[in-house]
Amino acid sequence: MSGTTTVAQKRTTGKTLLEPTTKEITEKYQAPKLEIPVTPERDHVEGAVSAALTLVEYGDYQCPFCGAAYPEVKKVQKELGSELRFVFRNFPLTNMHEHAMNAAETAEAASAQGKFWPMHDFLYEHQATLGDTSVALGYAKKLGLDTQRFEREIAQHMYQKRVKDDFMGGVRSGVNGTPTFYVNGVRHDGDAVAKALVEALNQTKK
Amino acid sequence: MLCNVSSFQGREASPLKTSLMQAGKSRRMRKLENKGTARNRRQQPIKTKKIVKTADSVLGPGKLAPNFSLNSTPDQKVSLNDFRGQPVILAFYPADWSPVCTDQLSLYAMVMPEFKKFNAELLAISVDNIWSHLAFAKDRKLNFPVLADFEPKGSISRKYGAYKEKIGESARALFVIDDKGIIRWSHLSPDGINPGADGILSALENLNKAQPAEKS
Repeated sequence: MSGTTTVAQKRTTGKTLLEPTTKEITEKYQAPKLEIPVTPERDHVEGAVSAALTLVEYGDYQCPFCGAAYPEVKKVQKELGSELRFVFRNFPLTNMHEHAMNAAETAEAASAQGKFWPMHDFLYEHQATLGDTSVALGYAKKLGLDTQRFEREIAQHMYQKRVKDDFMGGVRSGVNGTPTFYVNGVRHDGDAVAKALVEALNQTKK
Repeated sequence: MLCNVSSFQGREASPLKTSLMQAGKSRRMRKLENKGTARNRRQQPIKTKKIVKTADSVLGPGKLAPNFSLNSTPDQKVSLNDFRGQPVILAFYPADWSPVCTDQLSLYAMVMPEFKKFNAELLAISVDNIWSHLAFAKDRKLNFPVLADFEPKGSISRKYGAYKEKIGESARALFVIDDKGIIRWSHLSPDGINPGADGILSALENLNKAQPAEKS
């Protein structure tokens, strides 16, 4: 079972892959495509809007795997600089993660006051405290947000529809867990680590 | 625990991911059509013995879906024919418990409202027994019947070509069946690969497109 498929795949992806374990693996695989194009007016975009490279993440603030990927994305951004724009979309796995929806709404409420990225980063850096909403509120205060509005919008679920729209868009694009990354519109099936992401991004330039 | 079944098992292997579904108009079909050329591009030929029994035998579109009657609880049976008149999604899967915090069926539980927009019913099937299913469904908050293809073991999975004899488990196979009980789309994933829900939703959409005039 080993051998040819793995060799061929290695050549195209530049990665070491697990050997095929099932007999049905005989075809060339095509990763799913991002069905919802990046729109700077709606999406959270970090980096130059017109950058040549686009990395999209579907993430869940409570997911430990996303927490692990968070510093990796930072490394990718540092390495590629102005060449890259990074887009974050919500994919809260609410049946497994009880605080995921609230956290997503918290980031969206901060976004409404122009502070999406600081709150996004804060939430990932404080994953352990997601159950305690006073922590994010304290940070909102520190950011200078109108905390009354911030709290009210979260309590009224003003942004829940947006979060759910993100989720369904992800489902249509083949998101099957978190985090799922798309490199220039194609699902990244490699590891969620900086090296693999940078490699995949650079490959699209060729 | 990891957050994601595909990262854990499948993502690393997923460039090898394949879809051997035999249906219609999606991008997956093009893959199938490209099978020959894809193989030619490889330096070394693939030995024919690698070609798949399981995949070829998964029931394809156009066939009448074999009826079944399987337990969903210790004293309740669910029959496919109960759902005639509405679309049915069948999700065969290998085993109830996997050591990750979400999986294919958890995702489907979350996407259920979308399936319902098509008036579709989802039935999940594996060879695990009903007590395992009950505990599993409770743990993962599943909101659809989980059926036990337990005795005789795997007999329904076999009828759909979705049984792995050597391992003794159902294959990870999906079927979308129309309101008349005809299979309209099927898809087989390698075990480690969570196929997601996009294929099912596309198949449900195509169902409506293909039969605008017919009503049962």
